[in-house]
Amino acid sequence: MTEDSIKQITLKVQRYNPEQDSTPHFQEFLVPVSRGTTVLEGLLYIKENLDSTLTFRTSCRMAICGSCGMLINNYPHLACHTQIEEFHSDTLTIKPLPNLPILKDLVTDLIPFFNTHKSIKPYTIRHETEEMENPTAEFTQTPQELETFLQFTYCVKCGICISACPTSASDKLFLGPQALAQCYRYCADNRDEGWQERFLLVDTDHGVWHCHLAGACSEACPKGLDPALAIQLLKRRLTSQAIGLRKKQQSSPVASPITETKAKVPFPEFTAKES
Amino acid sequence: MKQMQPRQNYLGPGGWVWAGKYKLERYLYLLHRITGLGILLFLILHLCMTTIFRIQGQDVWEATMALLHNPWFKIGEYLVCAAFIYHALNGLRLILQELGFALGRPTPPVYPYKDALRKKRPWTIAMIAVIAILALVFFYDFIVGGW
Ligand code: SF4
Ligand code: FES
Repeated sequence: MTEDSIKQITLKVQRYNPEQDSTPHFQEFLVPVSRGTTVLEGLLYIKENLDSTLTFRTSCRMAICGSCGMLINNYPHLACHTQIEEFHSDTLTIKPLPNLPILKDLVTDLIPFFNTHKSIKPYTIRHETEEMENPTAEFTQTPQELETFLQFTYCVKCGICISACPTSASDKLFLGPQALAQCYRYCADNRDEGWQERFLLVDTDHGVWHCHLAGACSEACPKGLDPALAIQLLKRRLTSQAIGLRKKQQSSPVASPITETKAKVPFPEFTAKES
Repeated sequence: MKQMQPRQNYLGPGGWVWAGKYKLERYLYLLHRITGLGILLFLILHLCMTTIFRIQGQDVWEATMALLHNPWFKIGEYLVCAAFIYHALNGLRLILQELGFALGRPTPPVYPYKDALRKKRPWTIAMIAVIAILALVFFYDFIVGGW
């Protein structure tokens, strides 16, 4: 890397130490940036070289753990998934995600958010308890059946959709786009039979019916999920259930035991030949 | 060890207006609320006028009507009319889409990501165009009808 490909960029970071500060304030840092530098790398540079007290959460640095959600130039992003160059600006403002409690600097408290996720029972529920306790085989599912909910399984629980949602901004009891989308994800999975239990949890004023389709969650989601679509499809299921028009979803059967095995395919010619 | 309370960071109703650089539908959500409240306010005023004032006899009624006969109330009336057009048409869109129609099916998230609302945005924009045309037609009507 040549010297002149490195630019100096100002990162204006919101600081808040609950032990010392009564309100958050901003602190500016000058950070060297070259092509491809991510916002997370900028923050790590600050932590390593300028101010080791700067606090933020990160783990995978490849957009799969969902730790590093933050508000960058007034839009929620995963810091590891966002390059500084994208903003075409010499100053970046970095704040913690709104609508989530701040613990310190850029770290938000995700525990209540995870608890809401847990509350909608995000696991496969079946009526056959014996099969669930002592499984004999997998539940079968065709690729087409998988496609109906596959995109909603990519959620990394980063909280970005909560910070984008206008309803979450004013309704503290709202389940939020993440949990509602996951509710749909399990209800649409034909290996699952727990829709009755989950419908009771989301068919409330602070559940699906408080979503008024602002669509900001889907717009901001860094994993390309579409929580807004999932919530509307969930409303559709609830409505058709209420008026008695719901088509029954066939639960997938347990795979039948393997009775015959195919002969092993021999290694092709080009692989390791004994001399 | 000292226990620290997390700092609450809800944006509150201010977050309806501004939470970052978002696209169209988030602002339609806000406008839907504002127009809804506006129409409700009008309805309450209207009911008050036509009941409480009316039963007090012709004099009171005529005095109220004279009070209302000024450009500001006319503008207000036009705004209620425009709000009604918006609330009705956007409401139809919401009913359709919230019941899962006109949104398409879930697709695998392939980059660049495109969510269902973004795919349908041309239709939403067409709806806004219809609202604008109707609002203009009514504006013309109000002007020609005399202030
Ligand atoms: S739905 Fe998207 S934005 Fe919301 S928590 Fe999951 S990955 Fe994050
Ligand atoms: S560090 Fe894991 S998502 Fe950014």
